[in-house]
Amino acid sequence: MFAAVHGAELAQLARCVADFSPYVEETSSSTAVISIDGLAHLFGSPREIADAIARRAADLGLAANVAIADNPDLAVHGARGFSGVTVMEPGREVGLPVALLEPPEEIALTLALWGIRTFGELAALPEDGVAERLGDEGVQLQRLARGAGGRPLAPSNPAPPFAESIEMEHALTLLEPLAFLLGRLLHDLCARLESRGLAAHELKLSLALEGADPHQRTLRLPYPMRAAGTFLKLLSLDLEMHPPGAPVTAVTLSAEAVNPRVVQHGLFIPLAPEPQKLELTLARIAKLVGEGNAGSPELMDTHRRGQYTLTPISAASANRCQSILAQFLPVLRQFRPPLRAQVEAPDGRPVRVHAPGVRGRVLESAGPWRTSGDWWIEDAWARDEWDVALSDSALYLLYRDRRNGQWFVEGAYD
Amino acid sequence: MTSPALLRADLESALGSRFSAELNWRARPARECVSTGIARLDALTGGLPRGAITEIHGPASSGRTSLMVSMLAAAAMHEEICALADAGDAFDPASAQAAGVDLSRLLWVRCGGNPEHALKVADMLVQAGGFGLVALDLGDVSPSVARRIPLASWYRLRRAIEDTPTVMLLVEREQTVKSCASLVLEMRRETVAWSGAAGCSRLLRSARFRAASAGTSVPIELAG
Repeated sequence: MFAAVHGAELAQLARCVADFSPYVEETSSSTAVISIDGLAHLFGSPREIADAIARRAADLGLAANVAIADNPDLAVHGARGFSGVTVMEPGREVGLPVALLEPPEEIALTLALWGIRTFGELAALPEDGVAERLGDEGVQLQRLARGAGGRPLAPSNPAPPFAESIEMEHALTLLEPLAFLLGRLLHDLCARLESRGLAAHELKLSLALEGADPHQRTLRLPYPMRAAGTFLKLLSLDLEMHPPGAPVTAVTLSAEAVNPRVVQHGLFIPLAPEPQKLELTLARIAKLVGEGNAGSPELMDTHRRGQYTLTPISAASANRCQSILAQFLPVLRQFRPPLRAQVEAPDGRPVRVHAPGVRGRVLESAGPWRTSGDWWIEDAWARDEWDVALSDSALYLLYRDRRNGQWFVEGAYD
Repeated sequence: MTSPALLRADLESALGSRFSAELNWRARPARECVSTGIARLDALTGGLPRGAITEIHGPASSGRTSLMVSMLAAAAMHEEICALADAGDAFDPASAQAAGVDLSRLLWVRCGGNPEHALKVADMLVQAGGFGLVALDLGDVSPSVARRIPLASWYRLRRAIEDTPTVMLLVEREQTVKSCASLVLEMRRETVAWSGAAGCSRLLRSARFRAASAGTSVPIELAG
């Protein structure tokens, strides 16, 4: 919701509403608007918030109207149209004069000729007729008259860019002193974020290098954080995996600031890793096993076997599980890559298999199950699959690549 | 007087002068157990103990992976986040999803055939905390290599997981963890059922395995 204050000089109004929100839209020379989302915990209902703003204006010696509404435009119209404190409930705007919409001269003349003088009368006109006769501007005015403005607040004092930088007299060649500097920058950055009630969703590190192009790293976080210690560990691990190629002469660190995450904890919420610890653990694991080897598997929309992508796992983003245990065949253990095999198949059915680590006579078999796809691209696939029980007492999935006749062992059922 | 009490009294009389306090053993509370996802196995074992290592061992095609996947599915059903440290990159997401695993709740770490990395990853995951189940899959690691993992590593893992609500699952060919495992399940395959007559196109319909723990065994049937 939004609160509009109207009736005094803008500088004084801005001073008044700045006590309630740092984001102030200076709509005109005598009107200012703020968002009141999040103020309910401090002041109570919208009416109580409006009263608090009016009291603050009175303390400053301002005779100002205050209006609360669902969108900034309706709040502005309420503050301009009603004196005192107003909460714009649905339908409250119908009696306001059309002049408050500040229509262009031509449209104002037309509306006067039609006898349209209030918001309610303009809102009641058929929309197609308004579009036909008054054009897009008329439709927009009618939307405002219906209290349906949905534009975001345009604060005149947007949050400053959160960036810190430092230049060195002597270039750094080791990561340890660089981490020391990063720690200092991160500490300042997080303090500034905290003072604004914000958190970082993304960190960008730019290292100016001696005689080389800048080394840039971007750290995307699964959820907004402002823990300097965690940031430092994540950046250090990232730099260990991707070290700069030349001595570092300057460091610039910037953060993309967003609202922090609000989480309701509870006794009956299932067990989940703490997000900060999980992020650090994933970074350490990535350093050990390599990037792209840890994540949540997601099957791709294809019939081709073994096609999946690994997506970052987040403790917060997991879906609510509704699955029940399915009945299933023995699960496949895949050989990556599939093992190239020598297969004796006198009448097309495999009777003996020989591959690295897999050797034996075929005791039982099922197949062939013919599959193919992607014939329209170079990487087409066509295969005959067999489930076989070998004399080594294991069950395997074999396939014959129909494009070249080569046999492979895809995996073992286990 | 019972024999443990007698033994304690003997020890206290013999060593009492050297220790200021009595020898008090801290009684361990019974561990909470969670379902394996297979009723017969739950009846045999009482479920998977939290804060302890459960070892599943058996040869290839003995149902080890199916059992592990069933346990992952059961944990996901309780909306827990699970992790799999996969030494041999053998995990097949498609068959796991078909078995009921919620893949969005699974962290899969591919260790590129390096059991040492897999062990370190499992240790990191346990230290991070908050996972309902952490599985370490050494199913493709040869027993000789698995035996070379020092026992101290398993003790360390057991100690790390001891006071957590996490179930630690270990899949391998032969038993290597020894006394560090609280529950040991030995798997073997019994029968495989195929549809249709031999020589014709037919299907692998089902497989029957047998899980044994502490001298008692139960059959487990997986059917499509």
